[in-house]
Amino acid sequence: MLAKRIIPCLDVRDGQVVKGVRFRDHVVVGDILELAARYRDEGADELVFYDITASPEGRSVDRDWVDRVARVLDIPFCVAGGIRSVADAEAILNAGAEKISVNTPALANPGLISDLARRFGSQCIVVGIDSETTTTGFRVYRDTGDPTRSRDAGRDTLAWVREVQDRGAGEIVLNCMASDGVRNGYDLRQLSAVRAECRVPLVASGGAGSALHFVAVFRDAKVDAALAASVFHRGTLVIRELKLELQGAGIEVRT
Amino acid sequence: MSVVVIDSGGANLASLCHALARLGVSASVSRDPAVIAAAPRVLLPGVGAAADAMSRLASFGLVETIRRLEVPLLGICLGMQLLFEHSAEGDTPCLGLLPGRVERLPASPELPAPHMGWNTVTRTAADALLDRLEGRHFYFVHGYGLRPVPCTTSICEYGGPWSASVARGRVHGVQFHPERSGAAGALLLANFLQCS
Repeated sequence: MLAKRIIPCLDVRDGQVVKGVRFRDHVVVGDILELAARYRDEGADELVFYDITASPEGRSVDRDWVDRVARVLDIPFCVAGGIRSVADAEAILNAGAEKISVNTPALANPGLISDLARRFGSQCIVVGIDSETTTTGFRVYRDTGDPTRSRDAGRDTLAWVREVQDRGAGEIVLNCMASDGVRNGYDLRQLSAVRAECRVPLVASGGAGSALHFVAVFRDAKVDAALAASVFHRGTLVIRELKLELQGAGIEVRT
Repeated sequence: MSVVVIDSGGANLASLCHALARLGVSASVSRDPAVIAAAPRVLLPGVGAAADAMSRLASFGLVETIRRLEVPLLGICLGMQLLFEHSAEGDTPCLGLLPGRVERLPASPELPAPHMGWNTVTRTAADALLDRLEGRHFYFVHGYGLRPVPCTTSICEYGGPWSASVARGRVHGVQFHPERSGAAGALLLANFLQCS
């Protein structure tokens, strides 16, 4: 049976792993390779490295550490941040990443998703969506790596979810911005709404604070994977123990 | 022990070489028919679209080279699919080393495609590659696959059974990615390096 995936997300800035609350006020939490190896050994199913400064600053991800991470990890990993072209993606995939994830550049140029899927296949093209609940429904936000530039992207989240799949996205990471870093639980309402539109794997992001939050997001929102950062970085949850709790709740995990 | 990894242009070349390096094997990556024909053991990785991969192999003059190999050969993911007669992905004739046709995985919110993540495999026939690996999770990511065929040696369940590994004589294939399947994947690669 296919296991639900637990994915620690490592926000990378200037070669170090950082964590902010609601996308702001970042503090350094550790070295990339050290944390990657720790999560691998604790039983993480996959890792995401997100260069949070790359996109707003208009530069691409520094490729050096991708190669070093690829040598250390025997589980899949995804690299996100500032991937604007087929050439950007190719460099990262050739360095050994399984997947690349695009967010703001895809909003500016949706054709990028189609180009990437055509060149590399849908299976390695992840689209990250930062979404807010508003009075008019769910709205996509862009440039969220920089609080001074973060703004409504002028798109409805559900419509964008449909479009990125039609363009060849192989997986969607939905980051519910209001719950990010707050540790009060995943946004089950929003994730369930997106799940109903989503025929590719869906990854929940934003809000994990306890094992029960993971149980709820798998059972109620039926996502394929759950991503979290601060609960793992701070040691609030240890992946191995989290998986035992999920198993106890009848959820298939890789142990 | 020397191993040649066919440069099929896919993006998992680096991770496969790193996985072999962790087993103490330094693999050479090649698209040279002479080098591949002389190799004692060959891996055919692949990520991407079947038509692209086949036309790449053809442009390097490798189709006949691979068909004529008499040493252990392991196709990985798309590399496994290319071993068969035909792929529905781009209506592509493949290498034809094994009988069977690759079809598209159906997609729905209940059963998203690609089939992505860690799935268990159940052995359905003897296969030295699966020694000590019954019931373990492996990392899969594919939008096309094979239903069980006569040379299937293990299956995974995803809206019915799919071939997880295949074998006939010296030709082996795995639909999952051993290079990204943790300790279980490392053991499978080690089993391949031992098999004759």
